[in-house]
Amino acid sequence: MLTIENLHARVEGKEILKGLNLEIGSGEIHAIMGPNGAGKSTLSNVLSGRGGYEVTQGRVIYQGKDLLAMSPEERAWEGVFLAFQYPVEIPGVNNAYLLKAGLNAKRKYLGLQELDAMEFMSMVREKAATVELDAAFLSRSVNEGFSGGEKKRNEIFQMAVLEPSFAILDETDSGLDIDALRVVAGGVNQLRSPDRSMMVVTHYQRLLDYIEPDVVHVLMDGQILKTGDKSLAKVLESRGYDWVRAEARS
Amino acid sequence: MSEAQDFVGREYDAGFVTDIESDTLPPGLNEDVIRHISVKKGEPDWLLHWRLQAFEHWQTMESPDWAHLNIAPIDYQSISYFSAPKSPKDAPQSLDEVDPKLLETYAKLGIPLREHAALAGVAVDAVFDSVSVATTFKGKLKDAGVIFCPISEAVRDYPELVQQYLGSVVPTSDNFFAALNSAVFTDGSFVFIPKGVRCPMELSTYFRINASNTGQFERTLIIAEERSYVSYLEGCTAPMRDENQLHAAVVELVVLEDAQIKYSTVQNWYPGDENGVGGIYNFVTKRAECRGARAKVSWTQVETGSAITWKYPSCVLLGESSVGEFYSVALTANCQQADTGTKMIHIGKNSRSTIISKGISAGRGQQSYRGLVRIGKQADHARNYTQCDSLILGDQCGAHTFPYIEVKNATATVEHEATTSKIGEDQLFYCMQRGISAEDAVGLIVNGFCKDVFKELPMEFAVEANRLMEVSLEGAVG
Repeated sequence: MLTIENLHARVEGKEILKGLNLEIGSGEIHAIMGPNGAGKSTLSNVLSGRGGYEVTQGRVIYQGKDLLAMSPEERAWEGVFLAFQYPVEIPGVNNAYLLKAGLNAKRKYLGLQELDAMEFMSMVREKAATVELDAAFLSRSVNEGFSGGEKKRNEIFQMAVLEPSFAILDETDSGLDIDALRVVAGGVNQLRSPDRSMMVVTHYQRLLDYIEPDVVHVLMDGQILKTGDKSLAKVLESRGYDWVRAEARS
Repeated sequence: MSEAQDFVGREYDAGFVTDIESDTLPPGLNEDVIRHISVKKGEPDWLLHWRLQAFEHWQTMESPDWAHLNIAPIDYQSISYFSAPKSPKDAPQSLDEVDPKLLETYAKLGIPLREHAALAGVAVDAVFDSVSVATTFKGKLKDAGVIFCPISEAVRDYPELVQQYLGSVVPTSDNFFAALNSAVFTDGSFVFIPKGVRCPMELSTYFRINASNTGQFERTLIIAEERSYVSYLEGCTAPMRDENQLHAAVVELVVLEDAQIKYSTVQNWYPGDENGVGGIYNFVTKRAECRGARAKVSWTQVETGSAITWKYPSCVLLGESSVGEFYSVALTANCQQADTGTKMIHIGKNSRSTIISKGISAGRGQQSYRGLVRIGKQADHARNYTQCDSLILGDQCGAHTFPYIEVKNATATVEHEATTSKIGEDQLFYCMQRGISAEDAVGLIVNGFCKDVFKELPMEFAVEANRLMEVSLEGAVG
């Protein structure tokens, strides 16, 4: 699905990713863990194409294509989805309208017929129920006045509508209480599928109690320093991150 | 490179010139020119006298310099003050006599003048350069008692009405541009809604400047008698020309007891090119007087055109419990400058006003909101709510806010809210990540920002306004 080779990236002249390698297979869920400042958000942003990040070396092959050569919207059409850590508010823009515009742009790109308003609304109502999102949300402005939990549920709801092949969940657990976390994780688990891969970026192990990863990576100092199964997350929880660096250096 | 930074090619799709024979006065302004206009229009003596008085006063006045605008001095002697399409007769009596090229011009603009083709329910008055060329649905309106005609025709057919109200809201000496307009105005629309009549259709005037080196000075007068209602729309376009052209209009609204006027504008005069060459200088005085109790006036404007905009549609709230509203979207791109806002003058008890202003600056555009809320001594329990939002695209443009609040009555309530936001890279990226192209995303975000105002527009115009914003924002992102 996704192969990252020797990725180096800079932000404002400062090198953050320093030769990162990662391979994610179809249908797999990979957790990326690491301390603050390790480069987790940079990785999410580089993969989704946010401006302000300069890739200086390396390449990313996504479904056989050069991901880094694509514009952000092309990546979206090709099935890359980013669930934002801080979903932005867009006053006056209807939630459903934004999503319909995005979905139809993707369908057009894929040579599919665009959905009309009726088809779209009935599909969307169904998806909203999976994350226990009230249908009234659809007619509200994008994220405006949403609580932290509502914003994150909205992200997973959008993911359900856009049906990505590769989803990046960037710190989706941050700012969630335990009930909201359960709902969000439940939504994500429903979207698990053999042809959908996910990269779950998180600081804490607790999200992984709900979304069980196939592989856990430790991202530190701009590289993947350690890879293991889900038990690695438990070890990190109790021992912290410093030992990983020490082990990697020895 | 910032996504929102580049604000380049802005297509102006109303920029064509119509090749039409016209009768144009040589440039220059003096008493003879004014007499000539008056004769051309077959005006009565009182109106000529009124014009000459205005001219005399104008000569003692100075062009205002308090606005946040950078304007090269205007040579008023280099402008022609009268240009009319040459018609087979002095005035076309019906559409069949209108030059087909003119009809074509309006068709190109999407304004069908032929009644059978016209949008159902909208009567149109088309003003081309200095004269009104056609008014549709006159008969149907007449049946309802509504007068909707060019003001020059009203001067001829309803002289008492015109004499009673002309200049009663905006006196000839009101300001520099209003005085100039009073001296040389050539045409415009006249609307009279008698007592208790709800105008059966939307009334609409389209203004088009075609000839070069010509100014357009239209004068609009709308009178809504007791318990009447009218919704009036105006649209404006001009060809792309390298020189600046002057547009100095005056609009007067008279609203009597329990009457309501809804006045909407989509102003799309040629804005000049990306280097600031050419474009219309738009200096407009618009004012409404709510003379009776519970009289209500709403100004809704979408301003995307003109090189320079100087415009403050105002409400004088004389009547008890009268209501004034101002909803505005103004866009300045490329080198456009706008200094626009409103004045709400509260005199009547319990008078209320609402101001919603949305300013969008892009490119090297400079935009100022200038608003006055004045609560007079007698205006017990008057209320005003002002919301003034600016949206900035890129880092070379400016947004400025100049609110003036004067309260002379302790029972009044005045609220003012203002925000300035940059069109977020975060917002753009969010939309793009969902599969929406950068350009569509800008349109989406801007239209969302303008929503509170667009929803006040009549249906036909709301669609046009949305489209206009999208066209105006083409090339907004790199």
